[in-house]
Amino acid sequence: MLDVKAGDEQSFTLLLHRYRSPLINFLYRMVRNREQAEDLAQEVFLRVYRAREEYVPSAKFTTWLFRIATNLALNSVRDNRYQRMEISLDAPVTADAEDGDEKTMDVAEKHPNIEQHLIEETRKKMIRHAIEKLPEKQRAAVLLHKYQELDYGEISKILECSESALKSLLFRAYETLRVELAPLVARQAKQ
Amino acid sequence: MSCSRMESKILGYVDGRLKESERLEMEKHVSTCAACRVRVNEFRTVNVLLDELPMIEPSAAFDLRVHARVAAEPAKQSWWAWSMPAPRVAFAAAMLAVAMAWVGSRMPNDPLSAGDIDKINQNLPVLENYDVISDFSPLSDLSQQAPDDDPSDSNQSQQM
Repeated sequence: MLDVKAGDEQSFTLLLHRYRSPLINFLYRMVRNREQAEDLAQEVFLRVYRAREEYVPSAKFTTWLFRIATNLALNSVRDNRYQRMEISLDAPVTADAEDGDEKTMDVAEKHPNIEQHLIEETRKKMIRHAIEKLPEKQRAAVLLHKYQELDYGEISKILECSESALKSLLFRAYETLRVELAPLVARQAKQ
Repeated sequence: MSCSRMESKILGYVDGRLKESERLEMEKHVSTCAACRVRVNEFRTVNVLLDELPMIEPSAAFDLRVHARVAAEPAKQSWWAWSMPAPRVAFAAAMLAVAMAWVGSRMPNDPLSAGDIDKINQNLPVLENYDVISDFSPLSDLSQQAPDDDPSDSNQSQQM
């Protein structure tokens, strides 16, 4: 980032290549829509570029990056919620384009047995919906902890809370996931 | 360690982020508390289940879109560049400054001396009779006849 600050355009491209995938995946899990996740990720990189001259390496770059991303995602989730309420209060909240997106990631050849493939799809859908049902701050904490593997100090800075508050947040989130995924947890325990 | 105190450490225990002393304390508690042992195992299972979610890949056009948006960003300018938004304006301002300096250099620096004022006072009666002078016909005739009275011309005609 310091090279980007010094005006090195190639360093910005390197940052883009290194962080685009984790960023898009994080945002995708937060907003549940691929197109919107990419739009938000673009916005994150644009803000990084705009702020390059004011950047001070007082914290880890990932902390700064995911703080921008989390704030954008939380705002977007709140905006979407109000938008959905305006459109229809009765419309079922389904994972719009998401199902199709993830299916394309599956390699059909890996699942010659259609029944097994369907079971796996159902499992994934359950896991995805369990994460989606978490309150947004808990969801952000789980995603940063589990998929970005950030430490408690970093996540607490991103979410602007104390470490003990974060641990409590994560505990509540995992408790909810444990209940939501109870059928899968029980099946896994038997195996 | 009590069960309630364990809550803040269970996740760190499951994903191996605890300090050695905390980990040993947790293991001691889990070995004696069946309820916490079950919870630890279930948290471990949840952690494994979360790994099953596939990652998505950025679309092919993602990088291009980011670069296009970055390229569309206005370049940061210095205060001087900001105050001079166009080269033509800067050129016009420079020319104006040169012109003002030139006009300034043409202005007399010293006031009239006492001698100059005396000369003007001596010629003042003549200037006051300017109307007479301007209508004095011999003077106008003189200016018309002057070429004929040129001594060089008369000499040349005599030689011929």
